[in-house]
Parts: sequence; structure tokens; C-alpha cells
Amino acid sequence: MALGWYLTVSALVFCLGAAGVLIRRNPLVILLCLELMLNGGNLALVAFSRGHGSADGQIFALIVMVVAACEVVVGLGLIVAIHRRRLPVDVDELSELRG
Amino acid sequence: MTEVLFFIAGVGAIAGAMGVIGFGNAFYSVLSLVFHLISLAVLFLLLQAQFVAAAQVVVYAGAVMVLYVFVVAYVGGKGQSLAPVGPALTPLAAVFAAALAVELLIALLGSGLSVVNSTGAASGASFGTPEQIGELFLTKFLLAFEVASYLLLVAAVGAVILARRRRGLPDEPTPAPSHVESPRLALVGTMAETVHALPESERSPAHRGGW
Amino acid sequence: MSPTTPAWLVLAFPLVGTAAIGLGWRRLAGRSAGWIATGSIALSFAGSIGVLISLLGRPPAERQVVSTLYDYANTVGVDARLTILVDPVSVFMILVVSGISMLIHLYSVAYMASDRGYVRFFSYLNYFVFSMLLLVLAGNFVALIIGWAFVGAASYLLISFWYRRTTATAAGIKAFVMNVIGDAGLVLGTYFIFSHVGTLDFLKTFDALPRAFAGHQGDLVAGCLLLLVGAFAKSAQIPLHTWLPDAMEGPTPVSALIHAATMVTAGVYLIARMHPLFEQAPAAADVGAILGCATLLMAATIGLAVTDLKRVIAYSTMSQIGYMIMGVSSGAYAAGLFHLYTHAFFKALLFMAAGSLIGAMAGIQSLDRMGGFRRAMPFTFGCFVIGGLALSAVPPFSGYFSKDDILVAVANRGGWHWALYVLGYLGSFITAVYTFRMIFRAFLGQPVEQARELEAGHLHHADAPVNPMTGEEEDPDVGFPGPEHHIAERSPSMRIAMAVLAFGAVVAGLVQVPGVTDVIEKFLAPSFQGSPLFEATPPPDLVVVGLVLGAVVGVSGIALAWLVWVRRPGTAGRIRRRLSGVYELLVNKWYFDELYDAAFVRPGAALGRFAQQTFERVFVDRTLVGGTTGIVRAGSTAVRAAQTGFLRYYAALLVVGVAAVALYFLIAS
Repeated sequence: MALGWYLTVSALVFCLGAAGVLIRRNPLVILLCLELMLNGGNLALVAFSRGHGSADGQIFALIVMVVAACEVVVGLGLIVAIHRRRLPVDVDELSELRG
Repeated sequence: MTEVLFFIAGVGAIAGAMGVIGFGNAFYSVLSLVFHLISLAVLFLLLQAQFVAAAQVVVYAGAVMVLYVFVVAYVGGKGQSLAPVGPALTPLAAVFAAALAVELLIALLGSGLSVVNSTGAASGASFGTPEQIGELFLTKFLLAFEVASYLLLVAAVGAVILARRRRGLPDEPTPAPSHVESPRLALVGTMAETVHALPESERSPAHRGGW
Repeated sequence: MSPTTPAWLVLAFPLVGTAAIGLGWRRLAGRSAGWIATGSIALSFAGSIGVLISLLGRPPAERQVVSTLYDYANTVGVDARLTILVDPVSVFMILVVSGISMLIHLYSVAYMASDRGYVRFFSYLNYFVFSMLLLVLAGNFVALIIGWAFVGAASYLLISFWYRRTTATAAGIKAFVMNVIGDAGLVLGTYFIFSHVGTLDFLKTFDALPRAFAGHQGDLVAGCLLLLVGAFAKSAQIPLHTWLPDAMEGPTPVSALIHAATMVTAGVYLIARMHPLFEQAPAAADVGAILGCATLLMAATIGLAVTDLKRVIAYSTMSQIGYMIMGVSSGAYAAGLFHLYTHAFFKALLFMAAGSLIGAMAGIQSLDRMGGFRRAMPFTFGCFVIGGLALSAVPPFSGYFSKDDILVAVANRGGWHWALYVLGYLGSFITAVYTFRMIFRAFLGQPVEQARELEAGHLHHADAPVNPMTGEEEDPDVGFPGPEHHIAERSPSMRIAMAVLAFGAVVAGLVQVPGVTDVIEKFLAPSFQGSPLFEATPPPDLVVVGLVLGAVVGVSGIALAWLVWVRRPGTAGRIRRRLSGVYELLVNKWYFDELYDAAFVRPGAALGRFAQQTFERVFVDRTLVGGTTGIVRAGSTAVRAAQTGFLRYYAALLVVGVAAVALYFLIAS
């Protein structure tokens, strides 16, 4: 398959993730959509790595996975803390940081 | 053969993505993401990135998503009404995302990069193998490797601190079982309550600890 | 050895003195500050003598030596350097300044002994001497202006020395403001001269002089007139004279040093130093001579009417400076400086004696309440008489020869200068009258209570210390005069200083007796070489007429004073009632203060009120500042609308932003 197909899939996944971030109100699902975006990026990286014939892109994708894992851990910790405080787990309700 | 596999995996990935953003129940979103991740792993295999595919399945779908499942179970993924309290973004979000998709596609496909049309450069059998990845990690990208481990440590510590119990702050209540007659509920609204004669242990937990 | 080396030492000693006393004040015990200060001025005086000897060791043609210590800025045609010029005029001045200062420091050691600000006083006094020495040793306009300004600052600090007395601080401010007007005149005048001559150095200016102003005579006259403004502010001549009587709020040694002997003579020095400029601009010199004459008459007439002892002496200073200014403006340079020298002796002596008398009166300064101190204070009486005789120009005292010298030289100019000559003798007559009016009223007649107490051996002590001008009560704490009063009869250091000055007041004139000795003229000649006015010698018959007339005028003035105030005591009262209008004019100092109040002070205050209430409050506060903050606030409110707090809104902005940037790049590529 020509690499352009893989890149198309990657772009679509990324934009679906972006749309999900804008639409959903549950922070858990927002984090999931962020994962989608990261995966879209990973796919592009691996595709290009195959395109250039060097495994550097794959290394990059692995590091992205590490970062995603860390981000998920911290984000979920935040959500647990929010839930513990008995606040509504809804990003529209959590809007006190306003100017 | 590869084309068939590609289409199945590609459609699966996109379907999983749409499921993530579409399902009202957070649990179903998590499951769709797992499905999406596995489709992505297949795509990685097609791109000769064996190790990355394996890591995707084992680490991402295996560990990170399991963590998600635990948290969703704890927090509760009840369905939300899709009528937002804040800005009404659903139609606009579709527009913005679509614009972004269009631009990305133009950028990627119309860019004239030769690599886009080819199937990739010639690569040997050792491309994407764990040996090659390992060698790269320990030679060329050693710093990234070490920093990534440090980052994991920091994230773990951060998560523990964020989610710990703080003394004095109201903890989450034990869910009041509505069908059980507790001694407290029996006396609520009577003279016993007004003269502070409620059993000590049944007092509201908010008044425990002198807060 | 070059004469400039001891000259730098002359400057250094008072500077070290003021720094040492000012910085080490906590550790100075008892009266040591006074002795340190006196010692530093004595060393300065010794240095001045060293400069004199060194200068006299050179041939007359080489007696103008310049030395530069530090180049502040020497570029683009501006040569601002720390330069001193050692020539006969400056050596003459530093001898007078350091000599008289030394004696006044000695006097102050005892006079200010019980004052809580004793150390501060000597620090300021040394600072003043340093500034004055810098002023007279300056070799270029920059050093002159620096010295000029420092002297003004020292004057302010010392006039308002008793700073918790409101009259003193008001007087200090008045003196300083008028001095600043003079400073502005001096700087502007310097600019006018510099713009044509191209250098700030004195000797180079004088060399460049005839050609530099060719065709620009107006600029030279303007420059000289502005220099005159500076000179008149410092020397208290009309129209910038009103600060001097009020400056008597300072302690008596300050009045003696600054407002009699040294600072007020800075204007005379300036005109003498700038004589090449003034000779090229005779219009300005004539203005100076006329105003000097007017001042000497006006001040003399006021001296007839005022009753505060120190103010009488202050007006006499103003009058005598008028003589000096008239002299140096008319070309009598040696005579003017000679009178400066003799005046320093007898005026400082008179002030010191006045300080002693005020001490005996426990702070009261009014002549109306004094009388008959002759037996109680013989030494002070003797000093007053000697000083008075010198001031009234009675032969053979010093003032006689010097005042006479000036008047004869003025007459020698001819033309309309004869009017100045006649008016000068009129002023001399009035001087003798008011001087001895003061002496007779204070020392002759029935002894007042304080005098009787002193004759019995007890120095009068006031029940409650009061401000002599307003009568309000004070306390002898810091910022007010100390509790003790000191008189010459009881303090050896005061007596020594006054005795030396009395001796000088008697014999100082003998160095320049016309026809017999001309030490000063010969000494000063190298500074004034090439000046036609300096060379002009009056004919001998004019000199003789002057000598005789001067003696007659002086003695007859004393006789009139004797008649009015001693022989027929009611006469003064009768004259005052008959000429009450004139009397009012004189007592109110010719209404100059009221004139300046109406012309400058009230409009200035009104302008200030307008600026504060209307301009500041409405325009600046509400419009400019309020408007600017309003705009900023509106802008920030507009921008703040983006901070809604909704996460999805921020994410949407992010996506839109990314899309926009990508669009831009797509289009641009």
C-alpha cells in the first residue's frame, strides 16, 4: 500500500480525536479522545519511518507512548481527586478558572 | 493481501474512533478505544514495525486501558445528556474538525513528498525488530530512553500525590443504603435529634474530626 | 615650589575638616569639634601664607599660575576641568577669607558651646569656608559656579541652623531662593560668554576677549548684566537684597563670617575678576555702579530707623558692599578690594561684639530694650567703638583709607561719576550717624536691668527662652539656641578673636595710605595689567580733598549722633513724629518685601494652587491618568472575555488556531 493511505487514516483519526475533545463533557472521555490524537500521530510517525527506511520514527512512536502513559496516569489521578471531592465530573461544571 | 488487511484494519481504526466520541457511556468508549488500538497494532504490523505493534498491544491496550477501566468503574460512566451547559459546540466542533482534516489531507497528500506515493524505502529483514529498536535505544537515543524513565517516575509520584486522601477534608461518603434502616435515620426528625441524642457513630461524617 | 601646591592644600584642609567632623560626630567629645575646625582653618591660613610667599618669589609677570587637578569633560569645545588660578587677586581673597574665618571659628568655640548642634555647626562652617575658597581660587567658570552654588547651600544651612524656629527656616528659604536666582544669572551669563569665546577658562577667555565679541557687543553686555545678577544676589544689592536682613536669624558667628566678611563679598570678587569683560561692556559696568550707589544710600537710610541690633549691622554691610560694588564697577579694583579687606575686619568685629551684647541681654536683640552697658561690658564697648570708628571712616582707622580710596577713584572717572562721588559722601555721613546711634543707644544712658545685673557680677538669664523676632516661646533643645549665653568678658577665646580683629580694624588701613604706602595696589597689579582703569591714578589735589572731606564727614556724623541721642534724648522721638511718613518708609525697608510679595509670591502661590487643584486634579488625574487606566481597563475587559473557564471552549480555540496556521502555511507555500 502506498504510504499516503496510512497518512490519510492517521489524519482522520487525529481529527476525530480533536472533534471528540470539543464535543464531550466527561473528562474521562476527553482523555480518551486525546489518546486518539496521540495514536493518529503515532501512525504517521511509523508510516514515515517505513517510508524513509530508518527506525528513528518507531523510536519516536515508542517515546510518544511513554508520554501518553504518563499523561493518562496524571489525568486519571486528577479525575479521581475531583470525584473524591464530590465535585461533578463534568468539564462544563468545573469552570472556576475564569477571568 | 496487504490491501485487504489494510482496509479491514483502517476501517476498524476509524470505526473505533467514531465509537469513542459517539458512545454516551464512558465504559463503551473505553472498549471502542481498545478496539481502535488493536486495529492500529495491525496497521503497525503492516508497516513492518513489529516491536511497536507489540508494545501497542501490551502496554497501551493492555496496561493503560486497564487503568482506564478501573477508573471508569470507580468514577462512574453514566451517560450524559448531550445538551451542554457551556458553549453549544457540537455543530461547530464538526466544522472545525472537518476543516482541520481537510487541511491535513491537503498538506499530506498534496505536498509532493515522494515518500507518500511509494511503499517505502528498501528495508532489510531486521527493520523494526526488537534487536534494532533495542540497539537504537541504547546507542543513538540513550538520552531519550533515560529521560523517559525519569518522566515515568515523576508521573507516578504525581499521580500518587494528586489522588491521595487529605486529612481533615471530607472524604467520599459510604453510599447510604436506602433500603436499610439505620439507627440514625430512624431518629431523624424526632426530639432525639434536637437534643443531640443521636448515637455518636451515626452522626454525619462531616462533623467527625472537628472540622 | 609652584604656588599652586599649597593652594590645593588650602582647599583640602577645610574639606577634610568638614568631612571629619561631619562623619565622626558621634565620637567627638566636648568642644573638640570646634578645635578641629579651627585648626583646619588655621592650617588653611598657613597654606595661604605659603602661597603668598611662593607667589612673591616670582617676578610680577609670572604671577598668574593655573593648575588643573581633574578633567571632568574636555571635548566638543567644552573644557570643564577642576582648575584653580593662583594670582594676586585670589591670593588676596584666600588670605582674607581664611584669616577672618580662623578668628570667627575661634570665637564660635566659646559662643556656641552650649548649643546642642555644636558639632553640626562646625561641620557646616568648615564646609562654607571650603566653598568660599573654591569660589575665589576657581580658574574657570565651572569651578566658580560650583563654588558659588556650594556657598549658597552653606548659607542656607547656616541661616536655618536653629531649624525648629520657623522664622529661621523661612529666612533660610528666602536667602536660598534669591541666591538661586543669582545662580541662574551666573550660569546664563557664562553661557553667553562661552558661546563667543569658546572656552571656560578665565585666562584664555581674557586673552580671546577683544576679538571674540566683535560685532556682538549686545551679547557681551547681556552676559555681563547676567553676571551682575549673580553678583547682586550674592552681595545683597538692589534688587536682590531683601534676604540679607532676614539672614540675621542665623547665629551671630554666621552673620559675622558669611554675611559680613566673606560670602557677600563674592559679588565684588566676581566683578573684579571679570574686569576685562566689564571694561569692554561699559553699559553693564555703569549699571553696576549706579545700583551699588543706590543700594548704599537706601541701606544707610534704613539703618537709621531699624531697632534690631543685628539688622542695623546687616544694613551697614549692605551699604558698605554697595561702596565696593560701586568701586569695582567704576574701575577702582584695588580700592574696592582694599575696602573688602578692611571691612572684613571691622564688620566681623562689630558682629562679634553684637553677639556678646546679645548674650548679655539673654537673647534680646532690640535696641529699644538696651542701654547703659558701658560699665558692665567695657571690653565689648571698646570693640564696638573701634569697629564703629572704622566703619564711620574716621582717621586713622582702616575704613577711612579704604572708603576714601574708592570715592576718589570714582571721582577720577569724571563725567556723571561725580554724582556717585557726592552720594558716596552723603552715604558716609549717614553711616556715621546710624553707627553711633547704635553704640550710644546700647552703651550710654541709664543701665537697663540686665546691665545692672551684670555689673553686680551675675549674667542675666531669661525666664523662658523666646524667639527675639516674634516673642514666641522656645525650648533650648536641638534645633533651638542653647540655654547658656556667652559674653566676651567671660570667654578668653572670644576675647582673643575680637582683640585681633580690633587691632586689624585699627591698623589694617595703613598698608595703603595715599602717597605713603601702596602695598595692595602694587600687589594686585599683575592681575589687572593692561587695564586702563586700573592704571588711572587720581591727581594729588583730588586725593587731599577726598581725605579732608572724608574726615570731616565722619566726625560730623558722630557729632550729630551725639547730639540727637545723648545730649538731647527726646530729639529722635520728635523727628520721628514730624516725619512719620518717611519713618514708615524706612522702617518698612522701602516696602521692597511688600512689592516682591505682591509681584512674585502671591502670583506664584496662586499659580501653585491652580496647578494643584485644577490642572493636577482635573486634567492630569482624571483625564490623563484616569483616561489611560480606563482605556487599559476596557481593553483588558475585552480580552478577559476569552477566559470563560470552559475547557471545551479553550480546546476549540486551540483547534481553530491550529487550523488557521495550517491554512496560512498551505496558502503561503
